[in-house]
Amino acid sequence: MSVLLQARNLVVSFDARGEGLFAPPVELQALQGVSLEMDAGQSVGVVGESGSGKSTLARTLLQLLPLTSGEVILQGENLAALSPQALRQMRRQVQMIFQDPSASLDPRMRVEHIVGEPLRVFEPQLDRAERRWRVLAMLARVDLSAQHLARFPHELSGGQAQRVAIARALIAGPKLLVCDEVLSALDVTLRAQVLELLNGLRVEQNLALLFIAHDLAAVRRACERALVLNLGRVMEAAPIDLLFRQPRHPYTRALLESAPIADPRRARARKTATLRGEPASPFDPPSGCVFRNRCPFAIERCALEVPVLRELAGSRVACHRAEEI
Amino acid sequence: MNEPENEEPLLWVRGLCVQHPGAPKTMAVRHVSFTLATGEILGIVGESGSGKTQLMLSLLGLNERGAQVTGSARFRGEELIGMHESRLRALRGERLAMIFQDPMTALNPYLRIGTQLTEVLAAHRRMRGSAARRRAQELLEAVHINEPRHRLQQFPHELSGGMRQRVMIAMALLCEPQVLLADEPTTALDVTVQAQILALLRELRERLGTAIVLVTHDFGVVAETADRVLVMQHGQVIEEAGVQELFDAPREPYTAELLRATRAFELTAEDVLP
Amino acid sequence: MNGGLWQRLRAHRAGMTSLIVLALIVIGAIVVPMISPYDYYTPYWTQIDQPPSLTSGHLLGTDDLGRDLLVRIMWGCRISLLVGILASLVSLAIGVVWGTLAGYLGGWTDSIMMRVVDVLYSLPFIPFVIVLTVLFGRDLVLIFVAIGAVSWLDIARIVRGQTLSLKTREFIQAARVAGLGTSAIVRRHLIPNLLGIVMIYLTLTIPTVILFEAFLSFLGLGAQAPLTSLGVLIADGASQMQSFPVLLIAPAFLLALIVYCLNFLGDALRDVLDPRRGGS
Repeated sequence: MSVLLQARNLVVSFDARGEGLFAPPVELQALQGVSLEMDAGQSVGVVGESGSGKSTLARTLLQLLPLTSGEVILQGENLAALSPQALRQMRRQVQMIFQDPSASLDPRMRVEHIVGEPLRVFEPQLDRAERRWRVLAMLARVDLSAQHLARFPHELSGGQAQRVAIARALIAGPKLLVCDEVLSALDVTLRAQVLELLNGLRVEQNLALLFIAHDLAAVRRACERALVLNLGRVMEAAPIDLLFRQPRHPYTRALLESAPIADPRRARARKTATLRGEPASPFDPPSGCVFRNRCPFAIERCALEVPVLRELAGSRVACHRAEEI
Repeated sequence: MNEPENEEPLLWVRGLCVQHPGAPKTMAVRHVSFTLATGEILGIVGESGSGKTQLMLSLLGLNERGAQVTGSARFRGEELIGMHESRLRALRGERLAMIFQDPMTALNPYLRIGTQLTEVLAAHRRMRGSAARRRAQELLEAVHINEPRHRLQQFPHELSGGMRQRVMIAMALLCEPQVLLADEPTTALDVTVQAQILALLRELRERLGTAIVLVTHDFGVVAETADRVLVMQHGQVIEEAGVQELFDAPREPYTAELLRATRAFELTAEDVLP
Repeated sequence: MNGGLWQRLRAHRAGMTSLIVLALIVIGAIVVPMISPYDYYTPYWTQIDQPPSLTSGHLLGTDDLGRDLLVRIMWGCRISLLVGILASLVSLAIGVVWGTLAGYLGGWTDSIMMRVVDVLYSLPFIPFVIVLTVLFGRDLVLIFVAIGAVSWLDIARIVRGQTLSLKTREFIQAARVAGLGTSAIVRRHLIPNLLGIVMIYLTLTIPTVILFEAFLSFLGLGAQAPLTSLGVLIADGASQMQSFPVLLIAPAFLLALIVYCLNFLGDALRDVLDPRRGGS
């Protein structure tokens, strides 16, 4: 398999407003050296709580947010070195679908124009008829038909709206599709359908999928491997089965222990090892390991030294005490 | 619970229907019946549009204007449907409390947490001043908010999402209601925080004997928390069972389908860590 | 726009009535001066201050120069509506583009553009118009420009606020992901979604402008004789209101009717364009 995407040491920081009227702006480090590599046709999960930087990572890959430092190499081209025109064409390679499908569709546009919009940008030479033909073909691919062409978003069900969003994202033939909390927003019975659709497209078009989620279990059936993020740092990266079988990082463990179990007997039998305390604020991250204020295994060293991501029996983990856990 | 043996259950609902003026052909809630005992946690599960939220709102008389609510819902023998607004207002918050999915929109962003809590006490208990502040602080402690005295001075935006939901629960519990209606209370929260809030709800039931109606789309949440479950589809209750029974042997194909889908995207028995 | 909008407007009784009345007024303003044997400017010294009568052919009588009042009112109506609509459209065009760009681009551009608006806001308007008329003479076109140049400020502010909230919506982000540039996003996504509020504002601006023109005419700064407007007619009628009240009442009634209808139409559009209110 060929390498599709290499993101190296991504750092993104914002100037956020401080608290109070005249407070100076506070620097918010949304990503602090995150690296990610994806092959064509691969599916990868990025999991973390709110404020973990997972959405920032997605928006950086889509070039919706500027990088503070680090580099993104897509199909062998460093995006920072490209001319604006070449960059525009590169945009075509990475597309996205959003958590709330109906909010991501312009309420005043008909399905035909929503789905055809990327073609207007990336293939302006097409005439109306050709564009309509392409839109129809794409709609058929996501199990919608010509009767949906003239509909407005509010006339679609949630599942149909997500299919329209998928059609729009894929019509210009991207190589990477970023799925931002796509599964968790849908009713459970629709999730399997949408996942099956995405997986079919992945195989058929050699499309790489990047799933952003706040819950490991939600992406379990969707991904081959996953990254666990917390406050802008990678805590653990491993094949998905290994993450479930043998989580190496206390944070991964905590995520798994907090996730509800769809079995009442087991749910009640497990020791209620819910985490103490509140998630740390991204404005005021703890020194050393960002998880230490909630970590049951924290020792003095965790406050002094930022743990680096290192190999450990097939996983990569950023924890000083990974071996003991 | 060692309550005196009562003829009436705490909450008794028979044939409840809700119809919206905008959609005359379809009923949002159709002939729903259930009972809720003191100290019980009843889960109501359904997908979006199943009418579970409308059912909750109709118990408090909070449906949108023009909605027709028929049937019967008795709280300790007293009929809620068609009850006079002033009596209903007295019951709301006092005996029947509700918490919502998004605590940020349910809290007033311009008022301090302390002010919002003591306002409730002033309205329902005529409790003011230091007594009210003490009670508010007690409640924040009861929902495990650290530094409660300091939190009373803060504004909603200064708290994390989980803490805001705890404040909402504290506010709902101020007057020691007998029934707490919780509408998707953890949907907007991270899993780690969700686990904490669910644990808190179970603890409050144990300690205060509050009966809880927990509305959710998530079977995992039900498995963690509820004693008994209603499954709703298209406004109707299609299945009612004890939680273990429901997960072991669902009677309705729709329930089985939901459970199967849930198991694909949530942890199952095999996933429990060593 | 979708067909449902027109159907919902038709179901809205007050809105539909206003629309019909306005249409009749517009038709009258166009047709009456065309078919009437009289014109609005030639004085007839023999027919000064005739009362309304069917036999003389002067349905509303004549004014102090013997000109047919009905024709003059209809001419005044033409001018007032023209001023109102043109000035509103001018202010709309400037205001919408200015407001969307400021709101969408944000940052420094937004600050600078909105400070310009603030500065223009603080200009006292009446002296501004007086200075203009002194410099360039009393010209009706100038009045359009002056009114348009000031009333776009409100629209720009409203549109900017609306844009700021639209900008954070996911479908705008989705458009950026789809590769659209700024101008395409503004044209294809922002402006269509702003249309609702803009149309409402338009129906509220037209009466304001008409009233304002009447006010300027009353001060002698508006339409110049023999050309007339509803404001001029009212000013003239006011001077004779004790002897010939019809000279005041007729144009004043028409002005009030137009303003009322436009206000009702604005309310109706607000109801119809809001999906939560429409339909019933």
